[in-house]
Amino acid sequence: MAARVSLRTNLAGIQLPTPVLAASGTFGSGRELAGMVDLREVGGIVTKSVTPRPVKGMPTPRMAETPSGMLNAIGLQNPGVEAFVEKDGPFIEQAGVPVIVSIAGRSVQEFAEVAVMVSKIRGVVGIEANISCPNVERRGEVFARDPVAAADVLSTVTRMTHLPVLAKLTADVTDIVEVAQAVVRAGAHGLSLINTLLGMAIDVDAFRPRLGGVTGGLSGPAIRAVAVRCVYEVSQALPDVPIIGIGGVVDARSAVEFLLAGATAVAVGTANYFDPHATVEIARGIGEFLAAKGMSTPEDLRGRLVTPSRPQEPVYLGG
Amino acid sequence: MNRQKCEVLSAKRWGVYHSITLVAPEIAEEARPGQFVQVAMPPGRDFLLRRPFSIHQASRTGGWAGTLEIAFTAVGPGTEWLTTVEAHDSLDVVGPLGRPFPLPRAPTNCLLIGGGYGAAPLYFLGQDLRAKGSRVDMIVGAKTQERVFKPVEAKRLSVSVSTTTEDGSLGERGNVTDVLPGMMARCESKVVYACGPNGMLRAVAEYCSEQGIPSQVAVEELMACGMGVCWTCVVPVVHRDGRGWSYERSCYEGPVFSGARVWWEKWLGGRSTPVQTPPEGFRLEEMTAEGVGTWPPG
Ligand SMILES: Cc1cc2nc3c(=O)[nH]c(=O)nc-3n(C[C@H](O)[C@H](O)[C@H](O)COP(=O)(O)OP(=O)(O)OC[C@H]3O[C@@H](n4cnc5c(N)ncnc54)[C@H](O)[C@@H]3O)c2cc1C
Ligand SMILES: Cc1cc2nc3c(=O)[nH]c(=O)nc-3n(C[C@H](O)[C@H](O)[C@H](O)COP(=O)(O)O)c2cc1C
Ligand code: FES
Repeated sequence: MAARVSLRTNLAGIQLPTPVLAASGTFGSGRELAGMVDLREVGGIVTKSVTPRPVKGMPTPRMAETPSGMLNAIGLQNPGVEAFVEKDGPFIEQAGVPVIVSIAGRSVQEFAEVAVMVSKIRGVVGIEANISCPNVERRGEVFARDPVAAADVLSTVTRMTHLPVLAKLTADVTDIVEVAQAVVRAGAHGLSLINTLLGMAIDVDAFRPRLGGVTGGLSGPAIRAVAVRCVYEVSQALPDVPIIGIGGVVDARSAVEFLLAGATAVAVGTANYFDPHATVEIARGIGEFLAAKGMSTPEDLRGRLVTPSRPQEPVYLGG
Repeated sequence: MNRQKCEVLSAKRWGVYHSITLVAPEIAEEARPGQFVQVAMPPGRDFLLRRPFSIHQASRTGGWAGTLEIAFTAVGPGTEWLTTVEAHDSLDVVGPLGRPFPLPRAPTNCLLIGGGYGAAPLYFLGQDLRAKGSRVDMIVGAKTQERVFKPVEAKRLSVSVSTTTEDGSLGERGNVTDVLPGMMARCESKVVYACGPNGMLRAVAEYCSEQGIPSQVAVEELMACGMGVCWTCVVPVVHRDGRGWSYERSCYEGPVFSGARVWWEKWLGGRSTPVQTPPEGFRLEEMTAEGVGTWPPG
């Protein structure tokens, strides 16, 4: 007999209709796509990162397609939190989908400012702190690359809001587990893993970088294996912390990889661009996958990864 | 904005151009000249993103009602693959996307300028303009004769047509901007519409600003989504009130912009030809604040 499948997911106290969200920067706030995608079928939307003041962003080209992925260098262009609250606030209140607001800043104080403002929007169910951005108080060092700075942001943001707070980490670090532990100790209720990986592409005819910003963030299936590894390592170290797995999710099977690695939910980024219904279809596919395996909730997949029982082998970098 | 699985009604080829006609009633119904569609690439390849194409024709009424045509040249893996598409195949298409060409409120003399495949949306535009009583003249330019887009149809649509090729193989040798002043004077053009390479649009827009004639140009930037959510496709545009500028999405606020409001120098680099008057309401301080020197440049 087929098990009854429920996709309802509890992520750090946030109730989601499905475990498949739209990743920050790839779905707007949902407003642009609302006419085409039935948002009630989307597990949740993480909005594009918003900062205290408007940011103009990088010169073009801002995008370069690469094998099984793309590079982007947007530079966090956004209208600033005031305009966000005014324009997107009313939409979020009635969107019929859980909305997590992604916030960013150049200092701990800036994160705090935005957190306070967006917490007032009714309908916002959580905050994601995008700490993969430069910290002007530390010569532009990315917060997420420094466990101390990362923890500073999270301890401040969690004090400024009643909402659950997720920390979005970058995999461009020596030890992602160390950063994860630091932000969780500082109060983060969950983790979003991972942001784009720093990359570069060159136009060999023009002898020029293909991005206006020279380097940019790599996304898409090209980064999935790195993302799955990060989720796995962090969930092994912090088994009780809910994780959103992000990076190259394009179909139900790639989403299940993350759930098996230890994620509670996944977020779809680049796939939204070529398949605006990806979040909806992947959730449906996960349901079918669970039914076929005789399972009833996505939670059943967590911790079901079968790894060799012998003590873990040392890791070799490069063969 | 709709997403449709569309049957290919026909796939044709003329010269370097390919065209695909699709059964896409929902998209065709809403489509306006200057808008575009995003065509999905086949799964299982290492290129993932949709490819944008101007709507060449959309039939809302008559025997071909509900069909949509795109025209393109093969330049890379995505367009190469599209050349292999045949009748009865199915394409996943999102559209219509972007801001269309605004039409004049009252009938007037319109000059349409197309470069290469950029001429594709102008035939659809020309039909709408004529149906509303405007006079249509055209300049169609390309590198070589075989790249001149539908010169015969241009003649059928317009009162007068000027053709240019860079090698002189058809029409006048040179670019569209060489014949622009003459055409504009002869046709007493009151509005200019243009689509083609960004450098051409810049030259057209700058000449129009100099002459005080409004221009509407359909630009091209690299697009990841085409639906307004990724912010990769931006163009620097001066605000309507002249106070400052911002990067606007060419897939959402564009691809059609007022040529006078695009900040060409910032976008494409180089130096703009000096214009007598800054774009309407443009404040000098905004330009100098960005460290690009004085306005007008030069
Ligand atoms: C609004 C708009 C309308 C367009 N209309 C037409 C049309 O009617 N006919 C036509 O032949 N072409 C048109 N183009 C250009 C067309 O989209 C590109 O030629 C096509 O995407 C190339 O894909 P590819 O895989 O063959 O080439 P590749 O160069 O391998 O493509 C790699 C990436 O770059 C992007 N890209 C490459 N060239 C361009 C370009 N010129 N503009 C924007 N993105 C590009 C692709 O979409 C893809 O993401 C239009 C572009 C835009 C932005
Ligand atoms: C164009 C673009 C813009 C993005 N903007 C943001 C952003 O504003 N904030 C953020 O935290 N992540 C941003 N991301 C990262 C995504 O949320 C996601 O972490 C990353 O793309 C990996 O997932 P994917 O492989 O499914 O795309 C952006 C990604 C892309 C491609
Ligand atoms: S292409 Fe994504 S916003 Fe324009």
